[in-house]
Amino acid sequence: MFSWQTQPLTGLNFIGMVIGAVVVLAILLLVVMYLIFFLRKVVAWMQNRIGPNRVGPWGLFQSMADVLKLLLKEDIVPAKADRALFLVAPIIAFVPAFTVLAVIPYTAGHIFTAGLNIGVLFYIALSSITILGIVLGGWASNNKYSLVGGLRSAAQMISYEIPLGMSVLGVVMLAGSLNLTTIVQQQATDRFGWYIIPQIIGFVVFMIAAVAELNQTPFDLPEAESELVAGYFTEYTGFRFAFYMLTEFVYLFAISALATTLFLGGWLGPWLPSWLWFAIKTSAVIFFMFWLRATMPRLRVDKLMGFAWKVLIPVALFNILLTGLLSLLV
Amino acid sequence: METLHSEEMILNIGPQHPSTHGVFRLVVTIDGEQIVAADPVVGYLHRGTEKLAESLQYTQIIPYTDRLDYVAAMLNNYALVHTVEYAMDLEIPERAEYLRVIVMELNRVASHLLFVGAYLLDLGAMSPFLYVFQEREMIVQLFNEICGARLTYNYMRVGGVKWDAPPGWLAKVRDFLPHMREKLKMYDALISGNEIFLSRVRGMGVITQEEAVAYSLSGINLRSTGLRFDLRKKRPYGIYDKFAFDVVVGQNGDCFDRYWCHFLEMEQSLNIVEQALESIPDGPVLGKVPKLIRIPAGEYYTSIEGARGELGVYIVSDGKDKPYRMKLRRPSFVNLQILSKLLIGQNMANMIAILGAVDIVLGEVDA
Repeated sequence: MFSWQTQPLTGLNFIGMVIGAVVVLAILLLVVMYLIFFLRKVVAWMQNRIGPNRVGPWGLFQSMADVLKLLLKEDIVPAKADRALFLVAPIIAFVPAFTVLAVIPYTAGHIFTAGLNIGVLFYIALSSITILGIVLGGWASNNKYSLVGGLRSAAQMISYEIPLGMSVLGVVMLAGSLNLTTIVQQQATDRFGWYIIPQIIGFVVFMIAAVAELNQTPFDLPEAESELVAGYFTEYTGFRFAFYMLTEFVYLFAISALATTLFLGGWLGPWLPSWLWFAIKTSAVIFFMFWLRATMPRLRVDKLMGFAWKVLIPVALFNILLTGLLSLLV
Repeated sequence: METLHSEEMILNIGPQHPSTHGVFRLVVTIDGEQIVAADPVVGYLHRGTEKLAESLQYTQIIPYTDRLDYVAAMLNNYALVHTVEYAMDLEIPERAEYLRVIVMELNRVASHLLFVGAYLLDLGAMSPFLYVFQEREMIVQLFNEICGARLTYNYMRVGGVKWDAPPGWLAKVRDFLPHMREKLKMYDALISGNEIFLSRVRGMGVITQEEAVAYSLSGINLRSTGLRFDLRKKRPYGIYDKFAFDVVVGQNGDCFDRYWCHFLEMEQSLNIVEQALESIPDGPVLGKVPKLIRIPAGEYYTSIEGARGELGVYIVSDGKDKPYRMKLRRPSFVNLQILSKLLIGQNMANMIAILGAVDIVLGEVDA
């Protein structure tokens, strides 16, 4: 199978890589834009509304119009903000969001997937950097709501990263690899089938932790509009605000893709082309998250930490133990 | 080693804030995320209704009352005309009284529905808000048909109501009742058992009976503590003594009880409307009232059970066609006083849950 990693670094290959990366990035950007549209439509249907339907046919260009609007807005920096940090924070949050997408194997061919041997670790490590961008943004804004929002984010995301990482360990133990491509290939031949079956506990923990990581309802405390106005990005306008929004949606896509890869067999599936299977499964996970968004109230902030440390982490640890025992005994 | 220095932070919530339900400002002092002190600042919506009333004839004051508790304007209308009628000792046509009860109780349902939706919105659930608006819309449409307005009704007059129900209107209300009951059951099933919701409202913002009385709370804030006090029963005005209904009370006086009382009270209101529809007589809707309404010199106070508590109107008359002084007892304003006490020691995140459950309408707080 063709892989960029085995190719010599010639000028032509380099150009090929760059073009490939740009194409993947452009496609993903389009996907993410339509995620916003998808969210608004899904939530609208669940709330007996119509949702966006004015811009373009069936409102399909709504997201484009929104992004364009944000780009045209004035980029306001509050007078007493920490200027340098304020400007750089959205970028710190944004860059890792796209970087983690490099390791996701979208298709069976996965030509433009970085086949890192430590793919899972790479994802979890890089996605943590975003927290830095969020805390910095909240702090640099010199706004109390932003600060509280940023601090809440930090506490929440760090707490939930641990169960997230632990829930993945079960999969890694079964597959015997940290490489996401290998994990999917293993699921094709595993006797239990896709890892959602032997790793159902891990999957549940993963999904809960993922929703919390994404600051999604019911864990949307950092941007609880009824308390904190908009949370850490209260003071942001224009394209810097768009950066934060995009970060959120890119992560939504990335974590759904990761869930698909780890637990739902990635691109595996009969008849249809592999990329379509991947798209269907990822969409299903994304739909599930939107569903939560439309139905759940917000958790209480003091229960939030307790839940991560007292419930999710022990369950995730138990799952690791169970997986170990299973692979020893069965 | 130096001791770690920490200080309290003052956070200005409002007057422009998404969940203060209007232009309400709350100055909270927080230590970390814990509230040390909370100081409500009101008056951003003050329009001087009481002062304005002094230069208006009694009929002219009625539209001003619409703007007090703007989600339950029918009840405000009634509070004023009831006091004037009481002062003049007027005889009200039977049909007018029935129509008043029907619209008032429907308005109470609409108001409580809005509370349920807005409260859940405060707690981070967006959908209930949009759902309850569908039923509220039906009620508002009914009002639109009977008085031509959706929010500021100006429907009641001293001595009766302005318009009789249009043909078929009563039947429409009758059709609405089973629909509403069904929806209430659905909302109850969807919301009341939600674990996240319960964890945020159970045992939160507890008011004891003594506190409630000491703070002069009324309405659901008072009844949620278990005190059976409803002016419709305690001091029946109009024709409320003709209807059988229960006074809903809570047990613990927490936010959940307040939410739950709203729910149960809607059912009771629907029962009242149903009974009123059964026995509504024919006849005139406006009694014999002098062209120029004058109240004999003296002081008069009556109060009704508004959507948020005891809604009272106190009129001092010097025998002219305008009040010498009018004072409104606005339940939202009185109920708000306990907020500072409830918030102390609470987490920031609970602030909205508690503020929401006290259920204030800023038009009424500021008058």
